[in-house]
Amino acid sequence: MTFRTPLKQVRGLGAARDGVAHWWHQRLSAVALIVLVLLAAARIVSLAGEDYATVKAALGQPFWAGVLILFLATAYYHFRLGLQVVIEDYVHGPAARLTMIVLNIFVTAALAVASILAVLKLVFGG
Amino acid sequence: MAEFKLPSNSRITEGKKFPAPAGARNTKTFRVYRWKQEDDKNPQVDEYVIDLDECGPMVLDALIKIKNEIDPTLTFRRSCREGICGSCAMNIDGTNTLACIKGIEEVKGDVVNIYPLPHMPVIRDLVPDLDNFYAQYASIEPWMQAKTPPPPDRERLQSREDRAKIDGLYECILCACCSTSCPSYWWNGDRYLGPAVLLQAYRWIVDSRDENTGHRLDALEDPFKLYRCHTIMNCTNTCPKGLNPGKAIGEIKKLMMERKL
Repeated sequence: MTFRTPLKQVRGLGAARDGVAHWWHQRLSAVALIVLVLLAAARIVSLAGEDYATVKAALGQPFWAGVLILFLATAYYHFRLGLQVVIEDYVHGPAARLTMIVLNIFVTAALAVASILAVLKLVFGG
Repeated sequence: MAEFKLPSNSRITEGKKFPAPAGARNTKTFRVYRWKQEDDKNPQVDEYVIDLDECGPMVLDALIKIKNEIDPTLTFRRSCREGICGSCAMNIDGTNTLACIKGIEEVKGDVVNIYPLPHMPVIRDLVPDLDNFYAQYASIEPWMQAKTPPPPDRERLQSREDRAKIDGLYECILCACCSTSCPSYWWNGDRYLGPAVLLQAYRWIVDSRDENTGHRLDALEDPFKLYRCHTIMNCTNTCPKGLNPGKAIGEIKKLMMERKL
């Protein structure tokens, strides 16, 4: 027995006064991705089968490198936001939840940096 | 983690079978969830074959007939028998609804499956424990809040347009069909307020006479209390009163944005 009333449990620690930004950023990044996915996918598909030098020359141009970097940054950000919602939905227990949320942030940040460095290598690499 | 399988002591077994009375020609089988703590057994499904020629038209009529004539231990809540009290909310034929306004004929096939509202602690048979649900309702302070005293000689006035804004909201009878149909409520019902309570919260947020709108939004601005809603829309699909809690939650989210931009 905990001797806490149902209202005490429901009120808990009160409202976090947070969540709007997460919700808004998730939708904003989704809208941006409609355009960015189409552009990036179309350009990459058009280069299918080409050798590295041709791909490097094409994607190394500032416009297309910019599109790719925007696409990757937005996609990883959107991914992180979405996965956090999934974790909050399905992972219960404060310790497990916190661990998963922190891992989600670190792993997506690492993947995003690696992907963007790969694009920068196309632009500036030898 | 979320539980996708019932705990071993909740798995349902076959129960007793009560055949149709001799001479019955127009029959239907009711399979009803049964559990009581004192038995210390897994829940079971009992089967009652009812003579529809000797039974009222609604599922609640059949349940009352079973309790009166076949098995007086069958336990369920009911009161108004006309869809206004919300007591007889249960899962019938796979959908949460009110037994009193669900016609037996609406259920296709020969079998009517009846279970308590999903993912709630069961007190006995078809009676779920709704303490948490009612506490959540209390937590949104469901009453008029205004600093300005009402005029001494009359009620607080409201234009026809403003009154129309609470249509589709004030009709909610808090039967809990929507909240207990919502997967987000199943997984996080201890923190997520659920569609019924959020629709009620919006009913006060949108009321032109209430002066505490910002305070009410503050109290909902939370990743769990509000933003567990992923517009799955089971709530709107199941509401026996034909209301749209999903839309009410969407309106709350819009107001959260409106005060930010």
